[in-house]
Amino acid sequence: MSSLAMRPCGDFRTSYKQDNTIFETKTIRWFTALVIGLACFAPFILDAYYLTLFIQISYLGIAALGLNILVGFTGQISLGHGAFFGFGAFASAWLNTSFNIPVFICIPMAGFLTMAVGMMFGMPAARIKGLYLAIATLAAQFIIEDFFGRAEWFSGGSAGSMANPVELFGFAFDTDESFYYIALFALVFMYIWGCNLMRSRDGRAFVAVRDHYLSAEIMGVKLNKYRLLSFGISSFYAGIGGAMYAHYLGYVSAEGFTIFMSVQFLAMVIIGGLGSIKGTLMGVVFMVLLPEALEGGVGIMKDTSWGNIPMVVDGLAYIKEMAIGLVIILFLIFEPEGLAHRWQQIKNYWKFYPFSY
Amino acid sequence: MNFELLLQLIINGLIVGLLYGVVGMCFVLVYKSTQIVNFAQGEFLLVGAWVCWALLIYLELPFFVGFLLSLAFMAVFGVMLQMIVLRPMIGEPIISVIMVTIGLSIFFQSLVKWIFGVSPQSYPQVFDTQSISIFGLNIELAYLMSTVIALIIMIGFYFFFKHSKHGLAMRATAFDQQVAQSLGISVKQVFAMSWGIAATVSATAGVVIGMVNGVSNSLSAIGIKVFPAVILGGLDSIVGAIVGGITIGILENVAEFFDSQYLHIGNMYDIAPFYVLLIILWFKPYGFFGTRDIERI
Repeated sequence: MSSLAMRPCGDFRTSYKQDNTIFETKTIRWFTALVIGLACFAPFILDAYYLTLFIQISYLGIAALGLNILVGFTGQISLGHGAFFGFGAFASAWLNTSFNIPVFICIPMAGFLTMAVGMMFGMPAARIKGLYLAIATLAAQFIIEDFFGRAEWFSGGSAGSMANPVELFGFAFDTDESFYYIALFALVFMYIWGCNLMRSRDGRAFVAVRDHYLSAEIMGVKLNKYRLLSFGISSFYAGIGGAMYAHYLGYVSAEGFTIFMSVQFLAMVIIGGLGSIKGTLMGVVFMVLLPEALEGGVGIMKDTSWGNIPMVVDGLAYIKEMAIGLVIILFLIFEPEGLAHRWQQIKNYWKFYPFSY
Repeated sequence: MNFELLLQLIINGLIVGLLYGVVGMCFVLVYKSTQIVNFAQGEFLLVGAWVCWALLIYLELPFFVGFLLSLAFMAVFGVMLQMIVLRPMIGEPIISVIMVTIGLSIFFQSLVKWIFGVSPQSYPQVFDTQSISIFGLNIELAYLMSTVIALIIMIGFYFFFKHSKHGLAMRATAFDQQVAQSLGISVKQVFAMSWGIAATVSATAGVVIGMVNGVSNSLSAIGIKVFPAVILGGLDSIVGAIVGGITIGILENVAEFFDSQYLHIGNMYDIAPFYVLLIILWFKPYGFFGTRDIERI
C-alpha cells in the first residue's frame, strides 16, 4: 500500500486486487509470517527486560496506530490522545471491579466506551479543522485529566485504581511471559485490522477527506460522518491500548496521562511517518528505545574517566525529555515523512544497487 | 455573599488578565505575521524569567540592568529560534508547524528544569513596601507595576503598528505576503522581527509574574492559558487578545470564588477556561473579533 511516489519504476499493478494487497510481494508475506512465528518463541529466549520493552511497544503501538488513522490518514489533529489512552485504562479497570465483567471482555468494552467519549469531544471536529481542532482537543485533554482526579467512583481519585490481570479459562496471564502472548496477539490483530480498514471504503474516504476535503465532499463523501468516525476509531484504538496497559501493570494512577503523553504519541506518529501503518510501529519502537538507549549511553559514560559528569548523570530524566523534544524538531526539519520513507529509500537503493538512478 | 472577597478577586483577575492579554497579543502577533501557532509561547516567559533571575542572583546586577539585559537576550533568542527552527518549516502543513513548536516547548521546558531545578525561586526584593491600599483594597505593588507595564506595552504596540515603518511592514505582511514582498518588504526580516518582539514582550510578562509568584515551571502553563483567551477574542485580532485575556483572567477568579463558596467542585481555577474554550469553539469558532475564514474554490 505504498504511495505512488515511493514505488520503484517497473513495479506496475494491473488489477485492483494487486493494488489493494497488504503484502506487496510473496517474500514480504512469508517474511512477516516468519517474524510473527519467531516472535511466539521470544519468551523462551529473551529475558524479562526485553519482554517488558516488547509489551510496552505493543500497547503504545496500538494507541499510536489509532492516532495515525486520525492524523495521518484523515488529516485531523488531536492533542488529547494521552487522555483517551488513560480513559481506556480506567474504564477497563472500572468495568472489571465494579461489574465483575471478565477482563478479556472488559478490554474491548473499554475500547467502545473510549470511542463514545472520543466522539463526544470530536463533535466540534465536524465544524472546525486544523489548528482550531488542535486547540479543542487540547481542552479535551485538560478536561479529561481533571475528570480522572475528580471522579472517585470511576478512577479512584488521587489514590488510583487496581486492575486485575487478564484471565481466560481459569488461567491468569499475570507474568511477563504469559502477558507477552496477549500483547502479541492484540498487536497483530489490531495492525491487521488497521491495514484492512485502510483498504475498505471507509479508509479510502478518510484519505479523500485528508487530501482535499472539498473534492471529497463533491464526490459524495460525507465529511462530518467520516471526521467523526475517524475520531471514534482513533479513540477506540487508544482505549484498547490503555486497557492493555492497565491490566499489564495492575494499577492505574491518574498522574501519567498528561499532555506530555499526548505529545509522545504524536511524536511516534510523526517519526514513524504520517499515513503509514508500518511506519507507526517503527516510530513506536524508536520512541520506546530512545530513553533506554540514552540510559545505556549514560551508564557507559559513567564508568569512564571523562564521562562521569554529575550534571548529566543526575539530570538523566530531563535529558530524556529534551531528547524527545529535539527528536521531534529534527525529524520535522530533516525527514518530515518519517522512518517509513527512509526505509523505502534504503530498500530502493538496494533494489537497484549499484545503479540507483 | 462575600462581596469584598469577590471584588478583590475580580481586581486580581483584571490584573492577571491584563498579563494574559499581553502574552495573547504576542501570540496573535506571531500568528498574524507568520501563520504559525506558537505552542512554545509559555516557554518564552519561562526562559526570560529564569535568565533574569540568573543575572540578578549570580551576577548580582541591579534589577533594571538585569531586566533590560534579559530582554535583550530574549530578542536575540526569539530571532535565532525563528531563523534556525521555524524558517525551514515555511510552507509545511499545519500539523508539522504545530508539532515543531510543541517540540520546542518540551525541549526548553526540560532544559530549564535541568539547568535551574524544579523548586520555585524568588527574585530579590525590588520595592520597599509589599502592598498599598487603594479604596480599602489591598493591592500588591508588584501587581500595580505589572498593570502599568502591561498598559505601556499595549500602548507601545499601538504606536508601533500605527506610526512606525516596521509596524507598517508587519501589517502589510500580515495582510498579504506576496503583495508585501513585491513592494520591497523583506518578509524574512518581518518574520524574524515578530518572533523577536513576541519573545521579548512575553519575557517581560514572565519577569513580572515571577516577581509576584516566584519563578517556577508553572510559568509555562500561562502559554496554555493563553489559548482560551485568544480563541475568545479571535485568533487574528490584537484587540481581541486583550479583551479575551481580561475576560479569562476575571472568569477564572470568579469561577474560583463561586466554587469555593457554593459548589465545592475544586480545581475550577485551572479548568474553567477550558470549558469556556470548548463552548466558544462550538458556537463561535472565530471568536468575537476574529475574521471568518472564507474558502473559495
